[in-house]
Amino acid sequence: MTKTVTDVICPFCGTLCDDIEVVVSDDGKQLLEVFNACVIGSEKFLHSQAKDRVTKPRMRQEDGSWKDVSYDEAADYTAAMLAKAKKPLMYGWSSTNCEAQSVGNEIAEISRACCDNTAAVCHGTTLIAVQDIGLPTCTLGEVKNRADRIIFWGCNPAHAHPRHMSRYSIFPRGFFTGKGQMSRKMVVVDPRVTDTAKMADVHMQVEQGKDYELLNALRVAFRGEWLPDVVAGIPKEKIREAADMMKSGRFVIIFFGMGVTQSLSKNHNIDIAIAVTKDLNEYTKCSIMPMRGHYNVTGSGEVFAWQFGFPYSIDLSRGFARYNPGDTSSIDLLTRGEVDAMFTIGSDPGAHFPISAVKPIANMPSVCIDPHMTPTSGVSKLHVPVAFNGVETGGNCYRMDNVPIDCRKVVEPPAGMLTDEQFLVMVRDRLKKLKGVA
Amino acid sequence: MSEFIIKNGHVFDPVQGINGDKKDIAIKDGKITDKVGSGAKVIDASGKTVMAGAVEIHAHIAGPKVNLGRIYRPEDKLFSCTPTKGMERMGGGASIPTTFKTGYEYAKMGYTTAMEAAMPPMFARHVHEEIRDTPIIDEGAFPVFGNNWFVLEYLKNHEVENTAAYIAWLLRVTKGYAVKVVNPGGTEAWAWGLNCLSVNDPVPYFDITPAEIVKGLLEANEYLGLPHSMHIHPNNLGNPGCYQTTLDTLALAEGMKAKNKFGRESVMHLTHSQFHSYKGTNWGDFESGAKEITDYVNQNKNITIDTGNVTLDETTTMTADGPFEHHLTGLNNLKWANCDVELETAAGVVPYIYSPSISVCAIQWAIGLEIPLMMKDPMRCYITTDHPNAGPFTRYPRVIKWLMSKKARDTQINAFKHKDKVLSQTSIGSLDKEISLYELAQMTRAGPAKTLGLGHMCGGLKPGMDADVAVYNFNPDKPVANPDDIETAFSRCAHVFKSGVEVVKNGEIVGTGHKRTLWVNVKVNDNPQVMRDINEKFIKYYSMTQANYEALGHHFVPNPYALEVDATHV
Repeated sequence: MTKTVTDVICPFCGTLCDDIEVVVSDDGKQLLEVFNACVIGSEKFLHSQAKDRVTKPRMRQEDGSWKDVSYDEAADYTAAMLAKAKKPLMYGWSSTNCEAQSVGNEIAEISRACCDNTAAVCHGTTLIAVQDIGLPTCTLGEVKNRADRIIFWGCNPAHAHPRHMSRYSIFPRGFFTGKGQMSRKMVVVDPRVTDTAKMADVHMQVEQGKDYELLNALRVAFRGEWLPDVVAGIPKEKIREAADMMKSGRFVIIFFGMGVTQSLSKNHNIDIAIAVTKDLNEYTKCSIMPMRGHYNVTGSGEVFAWQFGFPYSIDLSRGFARYNPGDTSSIDLLTRGEVDAMFTIGSDPGAHFPISAVKPIANMPSVCIDPHMTPTSGVSKLHVPVAFNGVETGGNCYRMDNVPIDCRKVVEPPAGMLTDEQFLVMVRDRLKKLKGVA
Repeated sequence: MSEFIIKNGHVFDPVQGINGDKKDIAIKDGKITDKVGSGAKVIDASGKTVMAGAVEIHAHIAGPKVNLGRIYRPEDKLFSCTPTKGMERMGGGASIPTTFKTGYEYAKMGYTTAMEAAMPPMFARHVHEEIRDTPIIDEGAFPVFGNNWFVLEYLKNHEVENTAAYIAWLLRVTKGYAVKVVNPGGTEAWAWGLNCLSVNDPVPYFDITPAEIVKGLLEANEYLGLPHSMHIHPNNLGNPGCYQTTLDTLALAEGMKAKNKFGRESVMHLTHSQFHSYKGTNWGDFESGAKEITDYVNQNKNITIDTGNVTLDETTTMTADGPFEHHLTGLNNLKWANCDVELETAAGVVPYIYSPSISVCAIQWAIGLEIPLMMKDPMRCYITTDHPNAGPFTRYPRVIKWLMSKKARDTQINAFKHKDKVLSQTSIGSLDKEISLYELAQMTRAGPAKTLGLGHMCGGLKPGMDADVAVYNFNPDKPVANPDDIETAFSRCAHVFKSGVEVVKNGEIVGTGHKRTLWVNVKVNDNPQVMRDINEKFIKYYSMTQANYEALGHHFVPNPYALEVDATHV
């Protein structure tokens, strides 16, 4: 006999679908089937059942081989590393729950670490723009129930957030949007002809790196002022057509992704996209939302903010929280050689940071807490595999629209495996002893 | 648990009618008691003022809009960071302090209970995570109902019983405390970029008026017999001439009587009344409507209010009144954040600088003080700054100084750039009243506790009540040489006890106490129709499933305290 667990939350992307059904064996030890999830989400659940999974912490030996160690030894090493380090970097947090993040922040406070999450290489620029100009946004259900103009700018949900369009933005029939996609107009701005772009009513194939110009042109078009014949590769007629389409909507939503946050102009792109949103609120209702990547990167920013006051790139080395991205952000700290220990959890900087920032990790005391073998675990001195959050343990997470959803545990982790939170508590308690803190 | 005896202090306790008499306060097992054993630790309070722990009735201290303020205002942390110190976690933020700092600052001023004034139900889990991380003080949170689709649909047909059943359900799943109403109907209209500026403006599509929403929620609140009255932020906040809308709203409670077992007598709590007491037609002829509002409230005993004092600081405004924040960003051109929440509410955030050089800000300051000075019954008027909207809660000692000293008020009036305008547009100059310590205890302890339905637990020093006690370095026998001494004394307590645990000593945190989350558990008769409606809304219109909506479990509410209400008999 098997049993089906309903209303399961998918721990993959910021869409944080919470309608997944998972079939597990009667003893709750095996995960057999996944329904409703996208192909990536299904894989995330099923991957936890891999037979070749690492289940014990491993320490890198002098000769480069791995040696299995106990969780106690792993916690001893981690605590000693953090206690000794003058300025450790604690990076990641985006693929774990808020409870683990909370314990991590306690550890960071005791060891006066630099704390950062994956926003540093993702939507950190968005946060900077929000600090400049604000953010008119909404929850995803507002989009489902009201939005009749959907703009995807520099993002490709068809591949990156596969169920976004069916659950929230394009297809659902909401309260005021009873005709589903028939009641919506879709604009996509992307230099590539992506699968999302192919669905659009209007696809503006912007020249690479010219998003700022195009957004600025839209603001001009809203006001009916003069435009050059072509802006950012788009003829002015098409810009005016898009502007009119947005202005005539009853509820406009702009979703944007890494195409604008990490291309030339970075936060300035977002500044002006938010200005476009504010402009539209003079004519109709308009909101804007970042398409957050990791399923709980948003939560990491929230926990950082209520505990330290800033959403990412926080430096606690002076005993109080400082925030200065570019100075206190992970890649900069690593490339400048300012940190002397690396603690990674719930993310993979080895795969996503420039090589000049990854090399230093290999040359300093380092711990990687991750259920998977990753490029980061590969360069770290200690790899601590843990239970899959959202599969083998629950815990609170925040969707891309900041809505908190409590993840569910659906199966038992392999015997003897700890969760992120359990391991961090071990580290915290040891660190307190080493540092003589009550 | 350890025993304490606080000896020879000047005790001010309106619950027992004690007005400055020298009395000993004994603490045992977390409660105030008649006597303790000889082993009790003695606290010498001679020459000091002793009151119950203060009760905050309205502040925005936890949840999504507060945290959005923290995220988008790094500048708020400039010069306001506090390092790790003893048992204190590090903190930061002036107008929107981090959770740890929030708890410590309240405790150091002698506050032991605080209410988060607006919880978007869908974000209840976030609110509770922040409450969990706010040390020492007991907290509750008010879910917002005034723009909720269920409420709008039920009250359109005046279905009070169904509304009440829905309220009971929502309080349970969100671990909420009271019925909060913010700009009824107006925030739903804001989802289309519109607003309701009077109690008779119809809500788009739902075809109901704010007056019908307010009236229905008042009735539902008394139908259930909740501990707190309906808590309202009326329509048309902050506009010249808004006092008329406020009076129209207050009139909706006429003839209603409180029905509950908690000793509450009011049926409607008008919050941050300062923002709702403006006369005039524009910012040029802007003037105080404090007299009109307090005249009405003085005559109608079923209404309570809090002040919403402007403290003349740079701060961060945040409210579920979404259209107001959009209006405000148009006035001051500072960064605007907004979040509309499906089926329920919205919220906006805009920084604001209450400058003493701007006549409107100075007049707002005066109105905030006129209201408590004109109110005849201090048991029905409570001190707040609508933190952080009119100023941060850390300024309470300064507000107390202004209320307790005419000299302090005059000093501030003379410092205004537009002093003449303040004097001509308000009556602050002619008000000689100075609040007594007994009245202060009514306005910050006994009064708010009673209106919150907590009068049996806190806000007083009667044996059997929770041992929440604050001891101030303030000698009521000595004349006040300098009004600033009042502010100093009320800023940092000599001692604070929370549920019988010493948490503050000489202005420093010495314990984290026994923090609780207060919520209201209402039992109602089975209502299959409401349950079916809830189910349907989740299937069709919410973006999350009903099974994941409840704030459930130890990591959200580690130490709950439920006030039980039985509404099955009705």
